[in-house]
Amino acid sequence: MNIKKNIKLSTLQWCCALLGMGTIGVVAVSCNPDDTQVVANFNTITMQDEFDVDGAPDPTVWGYEIGDGTAQGIPGWGNNELQYYTDRPENVVVENGMLKITAIQEDFEGSSYTSARILTQGLFEQQYGRFEARIKLPWGKGLWPAFWLLGNDCAENPWPNCGEIDIMEYLGDDPTVVFGSVHGPGYNGGDSVSKEYRLPDARFDDEFHVFGVEWSPNRINYYVDDVLYQSITPETIADEAAESIDDSLLDNAGEWVFNRPFYIIINIAVGGNLPGSPNADTVFPQTMYVDYVRAYAAD
Amino acid sequence: MKKFNLKYHIVFPLLGLACIVMIACERGFSDDVDLATFPNTPDIFTDAPVGLTDEFFDSFDPAVGANTEGFSTDDSEAFAGTTSIRVDVPTPNDPNGGFIGGIFKDRGDGRNLTGYDALTFWVKGSTTATIGTFGFGSDFEEDKYAVSINNIELSTDWKKVIIPIPDPSKLVQEKGMFLFSAGTESTNGMGYTFWMDELRFENLGTLGQPRPKIFGGQDQTGQANVDTSVPVIGLVYTVNGPDGLDITVNAAPSYYDFETSNPFVASVDELGIVTVDGPGVDGDNTAVITGSIGGTPAQGSLTIEAVNINVIALFSDVFAEVLVDNYNGFYLEQNTLGGNVDEDGNEVITYTQLDFVAIEFYGRDGSEAEPIDATEMTHLHIDVRVNENVDPGDFVRFALFNNFTLPGGTDGSFTISSGELQANQWVEFDIPLSSFNGLGGRDALGALFTVTDNTINNLSLDNIYFYSEN
Repeated sequence: MNIKKNIKLSTLQWCCALLGMGTIGVVAVSCNPDDTQVVANFNTITMQDEFDVDGAPDPTVWGYEIGDGTAQGIPGWGNNELQYYTDRPENVVVENGMLKITAIQEDFEGSSYTSARILTQGLFEQQYGRFEARIKLPWGKGLWPAFWLLGNDCAENPWPNCGEIDIMEYLGDDPTVVFGSVHGPGYNGGDSVSKEYRLPDARFDDEFHVFGVEWSPNRINYYVDDVLYQSITPETIADEAAESIDDSLLDNAGEWVFNRPFYIIINIAVGGNLPGSPNADTVFPQTMYVDYVRAYAAD
Repeated sequence: MKKFNLKYHIVFPLLGLACIVMIACERGFSDDVDLATFPNTPDIFTDAPVGLTDEFFDSFDPAVGANTEGFSTDDSEAFAGTTSIRVDVPTPNDPNGGFIGGIFKDRGDGRNLTGYDALTFWVKGSTTATIGTFGFGSDFEEDKYAVSINNIELSTDWKKVIIPIPDPSKLVQEKGMFLFSAGTESTNGMGYTFWMDELRFENLGTLGQPRPKIFGGQDQTGQANVDTSVPVIGLVYTVNGPDGLDITVNAAPSYYDFETSNPFVASVDELGIVTVDGPGVDGDNTAVITGSIGGTPAQGSLTIEAVNINVIALFSDVFAEVLVDNYNGFYLEQNTLGGNVDEDGNEVITYTQLDFVAIEFYGRDGSEAEPIDATEMTHLHIDVRVNENVDPGDFVRFALFNNFTLPGGTDGSFTISSGELQANQWVEFDIPLSSFNGLGGRDALGALFTVTDNTINNLSLDNIYFYSEN
């Protein structure tokens, strides 16, 4: 469903704000005394999968995308990705208290790699709230895992109009960097609103980190662990859309489309436009470990 | 006659039969003991040496060609601050020495580096030459925890070099702060200059995915007589760097924890010396040697088989080899190229454009090599790897020549057909010397020919020796 993602990474800026996050309640501190940030509180847990039951992911929460995108009309999932998604335990399983999504190099149904993409479409969808997951990421050139949200009306209101909130994306050959983005009309693909976050003295592939967004009616805040690194508002995306001359001809360019229920997707893509193909140094199989996924709503 | 996936044979002369196994009692330290700790100073050079010996630069031995004149500091170049280290790499013909290199040593009793994960520094070249070796852990005493990285290409702008520490917990008292060695191999003998700055140990936190290897990551098999020893070789350690690129260093054996699967056959010490201790019990005469660094298992192993044989070796990483004239006689009539090459820390022989080729050992052109008296030997052992597809009709023929080039000399050959060969995989052959049809005697063997008549163009050989069972 996610059509094209050439992420434009803005310069990393060290936000001086650090959040105490012992509770889910959120406090934002601004870098600039003239800035004020609007922050919502999301204290009510609405969905929680701790992945404590071995076997396939809980079918009351998770479904699957299967194939290479051809059946969906977007071969390579719109990005020239190389993997074939399956629901086999080799590619997706719950074990030892964790969800494991594994990308494997193997010939399968005409593809050279298999992997998995699970989603809560029709099972858990929510408008606004905090969405978070604790994840240890894979590594190596060509690996492209993501934890993201998609608007639940893409069938009637095709992407990018239905909106996409990428809570965490990561490229396996840049093991200290993740990025968070939103896509919508007039701001998508290479012109999405996006920012990277770099760990100064650690990596994402050898320890768990918590990736989250706090999404309120007029703001989406992005976190890695307790660090707020990006805050996107209707003004941010209007500015981005205005910079994109072609898209600004659209009637709805720059429209804030994040005002309807979205569902959760977790996947590992292999290859494609953004990460490039795996190379000889890429070690397979590669696994993304998810300790938990949780969603919260306002009181 | 034929076994698959076997390589790396080791045989040493029988020295004795006594086998003593000593088991130590280990006791923990009393709570009253204060363990000595050493300073954890990270800096080695900033604008001046930090805590190094008065010599600062301790050169390799000038007797082996090391140039002691090309080392200095430079106040006109610095990555940070005011001053950098300047190294003028000499030409091979420089009367003061044709290469430059040495170590920096802690002026005290050593430093505690357990809190760091890498040695880092910035380097810049006058040209894009390649520096042969950077490293640390060499103190010209034990060199117990030496680490080195090879072939670092310079830029004409400053770039950062990261040399990971395989297991920092081992470095509780390290004196070897830095090592470099540079020549003009990459510049066709043209001298050049490079500068180094901000040399220190750091705790980066951005190194991950450790992948230690022993035996170059290969699972190897060898035979050895009781009471003989063989070193663990091919010790490399790879991590993924902050830029997503792998960094591979050579790691001293003492970074590894080695294990033997069968102490009745073989043991391995902290210096990576495998000793065959006995013939085994209950008919099990093999032991598997494995290793790990910091709890991460190393790829590669050695399955060692305790045997009792006599050997005359032409080519082996671990046997005492007899002197040979060459591993490629380069006859006018042949097209074959190649000879012995280093492959992941193992010496092998690789030929390309192979039609026929000779290994000579008869004293060609008045050399010291002497013909081999293999009268007491029963077999020729040789490992063969075809580095291309094996097609029907492919063959490898080995021919032995007695009294080579002399009147009355005889020769005999043995042919291996395509069905016995494997593409890109080592296959071990033990060929009875009686099977070399036509060989009149073997009291003065002088050459071993390898012939494929172009059916196989790319072929590797290893572990070539004559032997007999005791």
